Amino acid sequence: MVGKAEPVNGSVKSGSNQSIPATMQSPLKKSDLIPNLSLKTLKLKTKQQELLIRVSILCLVYVLAFITRLFSVLRYESMIHEFDPYFNYRTTLFLTEKGFYEFWNWFDSESWYPLGRIIGGTLYPGLMVTAAIIYWLLRFLRFAIHIREVCVLTAPFFASNTTLVAYFFGKEVWDSGAGLVAAALIAICPGYISRSVAGSYDNEGVAIFALLLTFYLFVKAVNTGSLAWALASAFAYFYMVSAWGGYVFIINLIPLYVLVLLITGRYSMRLYVAYNSMYVLGMLLAMQIRFVGFQHVQSGEHMAAMGVFFLLQVFFFLDWVKHLLSDTKLFQAFLRITVTTAIGVGAIALGVGMASGYISPWTGRFYSLLDPTYAKDHIPIIASVSEHQPTAWSSFMFDFHILLFLFPAGLYFCFKRLSDATIFIVMYGLTSMYFAGVMVRLILVATPAVCLISAIAVSATIKNLTLVARAKSKVTQTGSVRGSSSSKGSSKASLDQSQPFQRNGAIALLLGAFYLLSKYATHCTWVTSEAYSSPSIVLAARGAHGNRVIFDDYREAYFWLRKNTPPDAKVMSWWDYGYQITAMGNRTVIVDNNTWNNTHIATVGRAMSSYEDEAYEIMRSLDVDYVLVVFGGVTGYSSDDINKFLWMVRIGGGVFPVIKEPDYLVNGEYRVDKGAAPKMLNCLMYKLSYYRFGELTTEYGKPPGYDRARGVEIGNKDIKLEYLEEAFTTSNWIVRIYKVKPPNNRWERTMFHIYLGTVLRYHFQAMFHS
Amino acid sequence: MPKLALFLILIHFLPFLCTSFSPENPSSRRVLVLLDDLALKSSHSVYFKSLQSRGFELDFKLADDPKIGLQRYGQYLYDGLILFCPTTERFGGSIDLAAILDFVDSGHDLIIAADNNASDLIREIATECGVDFDEDPAAMVIDHTSYAVSETEGDHTLIASDDFIKSNVLLGSEKIEAPVLFQGIGHSLSPANSLVLKVLSASPSAYSANPKSKLSSPPSLTGSAISLVSILQARNNARILISGSLVMFSNRFFRSGVQKAGTPTKHEKSGNEQFLTELSKWVFHERGHLKAVNIQHHKDGEADEPSMYRINDDLVYSVEIYEWSGRSWEPYVADDVQVQFYMMSPYVLKNLSTDKKGRYFTAFKVPDVYGVFQFKVEYQRLGYTSLSLSKQIPVRPYRHNEYERFIPAAYPYYGAAFSMMAGFFIFTAVHLYNK
Repeated sequence: MVGKAEPVNGSVKSGSNQSIPATMQSPLKKSDLIPNLSLKTLKLKTKQQELLIRVSILCLVYVLAFITRLFSVLRYESMIHEFDPYFNYRTTLFLTEKGFYEFWNWFDSESWYPLGRIIGGTLYPGLMVTAAIIYWLLRFLRFAIHIREVCVLTAPFFASNTTLVAYFFGKEVWDSGAGLVAAALIAICPGYISRSVAGSYDNEGVAIFALLLTFYLFVKAVNTGSLAWALASAFAYFYMVSAWGGYVFIINLIPLYVLVLLITGRYSMRLYVAYNSMYVLGMLLAMQIRFVGFQHVQSGEHMAAMGVFFLLQVFFFLDWVKHLLSDTKLFQAFLRITVTTAIGVGAIALGVGMASGYISPWTGRFYSLLDPTYAKDHIPIIASVSEHQPTAWSSFMFDFHILLFLFPAGLYFCFKRLSDATIFIVMYGLTSMYFAGVMVRLILVATPAVCLISAIAVSATIKNLTLVARAKSKVTQTGSVRGSSSSKGSSKASLDQSQPFQRNGAIALLLGAFYLLSKYATHCTWVTSEAYSSPSIVLAARGAHGNRVIFDDYREAYFWLRKNTPPDAKVMSWWDYGYQITAMGNRTVIVDNNTWNNTHIATVGRAMSSYEDEAYEIMRSLDVDYVLVVFGGVTGYSSDDINKFLWMVRIGGGVFPVIKEPDYLVNGEYRVDKGAAPKMLNCLMYKLSYYRFGELTTEYGKPPGYDRARGVEIGNKDIKLEYLEEAFTTSNWIVRIYKVKPPNNRWERTMFHIYLGTVLRYHFQAMFHS
Repeated sequence: MPKLALFLILIHFLPFLCTSFSPENPSSRRVLVLLDDLALKSSHSVYFKSLQSRGFELDFKLADDPKIGLQRYGQYLYDGLILFCPTTERFGGSIDLAAILDFVDSGHDLIIAADNNASDLIREIATECGVDFDEDPAAMVIDHTSYAVSETEGDHTLIASDDFIKSNVLLGSEKIEAPVLFQGIGHSLSPANSLVLKVLSASPSAYSANPKSKLSSPPSLTGSAISLVSILQARNNARILISGSLVMFSNRFFRSGVQKAGTPTKHEKSGNEQFLTELSKWVFHERGHLKAVNIQHHKDGEADEPSMYRINDDLVYSVEIYEWSGRSWEPYVADDVQVQFYMMSPYVLKNLSTDKKGRYFTAFKVPDVYGVFQFKVEYQRLGYTSLSLSKQIPVRPYRHNEYERFIPAAYPYYGAAFSMMAGFFIFTAVHLYNK
């Protein structure tokens, strides 16, 4: 309604574009207040009005993108979320305290004991450096702020910046209206918010910004053929490489895009300049990141880009020869020879590189992207991560809402107006949608594309509809109206296309669009507040009287570790909690979330799934002092170690064949009650989780030892620990810490130790030699 | 008020009064002797005298004395315990099985002498120490070939054994010439326990049975599997002596002559006194007690210990090892002390050289592998305190600026890069300004 008022005041065609986002946004009230006021008092020119409206909308979107991500801070506190962010926080802290060179050369002896980890060479430093620079800048401006606050707010800040990039990208691809819509859509899209709420201090927080910026600058470079934009794109790519491993997507998508342009005959000098300068400079810059190193010339994943680079040179060469040769027949022959030799040389080079091992084959992660079943069969450690699971339909709906059907509509518009830019956005959308289907976490990569393409749909539709609504039945415009309303009308009730109703129909459709978009806004806000703002380190539940109950067990346990264990104590836990233990507990861990060494994780998995005496030998050989398990049987917290246990068995069994999954199952069924497999009932993980649980009544009317997470009464209530002793259990039993006892003073076991030592030694030597 | 002042003055002398077992002075000093019968005090007086003459304070108590206790207010009252009470079913006071095991597990020494008809309590203590006495309470060790010759033919339960463990640390440097007289119950060592050792074992022809009854079934313990006297050094270096015979400690056995059956030599005096006295020196830490101090490591050419090494660093490791002589710490001299540079497996294993003044040292290069390493000295020699030293030290890879800046092999590439730059510059200049 309000949106309609503006064009009347402005009475300019271009003005109507700008009113569109205002109709669908929650800040629309403010945004129309400003032009109204300014119109009456200042009498601005239309151009200036438009600019003012556009800038104010962008500002509001910018602010909105930030504040909608603050739910978690308001609900809980300013804290780092989940698992990986704790590592990022720890490294950022180190960076701000010790400086860049120390950070770059940091050898961390507190993780992956006893192997250690070269932090500086095995991380993407972009996020930490970004946060540190923000921190130093704020300190320089005399804002006495703690680094944690900077880390917590980095992701929302970059989400805001992403909206700006989305605006410019939309403007480049379609028009400024689409840009504004894209900015607004991406500001609150749950697919993006899931990884960028305050406290979610992870690489993706800045990487999506960098990704979109690289794409935008590259498209800009292709559109203009300007060396400067290509250079800017290369720098954006460098930032992306420094921030996230997802840069591989860029270095494969852009060559693919170039290839498509070549095939469709859209080769131009602009493309040549843009791609060559971006690729060469981007590659050289990316090599400066230690973790990436020479991968751009040595790894199979990056070979597509290099192949396209050479192909472009061949294209250019052929173009030049064609320009010189007047005889077409001669040129045809030359073309044939050149193309054959070029392809032949390329194939031989690739073959030789692969055979000699100079070019590394594709990694498992890459394979699992192309073939979703690959990880399940070959790499349990990738398959075990919940965010690597194939995406369910419901989560598409959850994360995209109306964008899911605006996306095809947008594709339709893109195909209707094909250009270099729209081809890019179409390819980006289609490929990323495929990857989003393969892995849940890659919805994030698809989100900007989906938002942009949907924005094109929304913008184009509403533009057409407003034209019709304001056209006073002009005959000339029916064509475009029909096109737009039919595309829109497919989802709405069928409308009478006859002239008298056209205007009303358009208004009705506008209202419908307005309704849908406002539904989108409410959905996004609801999802953000309900689903994506939980820190997962602090759990919340509803009490019996509807009050909120907070389980702060994780921090309780880590604080206990920090205060009550010797500083060089080694803590064994499943790898999920490794980063948190080192960051919050400040203790050495055996394995952590950087799953670089499968054997080491398998050793821990084996210890957890062995009998206590065998596990004891493994723990002794790893100098383990404490064992930490997460247990949800008292609170009904379902993502605990017992529910993750089968993955430990699988990962352990993958390296040590003595661990067999069927030993822990009964008729293929995983259970912990009386009918559970005997090995299950006596393995270390079961014992540590359920130690003394049989004495506890968890729910009224249920027998003691009733596991609320799995809804069964446990099968082994009389658990005796021989080699470990309970050291600490948090108030809700979520985290349980056990101390590994020293060997018996008067007794010694000999046989198994020697055997195990041999096995472990064999594996570690194999590992180092590989 | 004067009373309080006196108390305050006296309390300063308290530390001097409490001379007890400590890392600095490891010999046991105060020993509780629990007896079945106070008559043992006189019948075994030679053994006790030898202890007392070496400076031990022996506190004789009846095993069922209701006032006895090993600790008071959380402090142990004794450094050693001698159980010469094979028939006691229950100790008096606060002493029980758990108390005795705690006593040992907190680093105190123990001598157990059992006998045939040993009580279940004594058997349990022995079992906890890795020794199983023959289950038949009436059984004795019988040997028809190496018994001690006596006037009466007897039942061959008085054994003359000279099958000693070969260790100067345990039995002293002086060779024990005469066989040791033994009469009592035999025991076997628990196969699961590798810490326990036979000091005096029976001959291959020995067996364990009730001498008074006819042998109806094959004896459970036979031959040299039977141990007569065993020792155990616990992980915390508490030392335990277990003997199947109480009478072998007696004055009578100490003084009697011995002739082993089948041998012509008749010794004037049995080896019991020498054997048991030397063994008691070991049990009470007068011999074979080592300490390692002053573990140092640093880079070659530097003096301070770094918090971290770099791969391929040269380093120097040293440790000082001393042996307790009963009165003072003497340098320990050996050529078989080794150090490991260990991460999951030893990457470096080197013998330490010694300066004969107690200092052991070596120098080696850190392997080309980064990780959290340990300097490990695992020195376990028969009779000696087991030294198990480990010191954790991380090894880091090169820093970014520790690599060579220019390597000769790369000169063609440097040349290529710079000639390319120069060529590009010239080309540009020619291209732009030639026409």
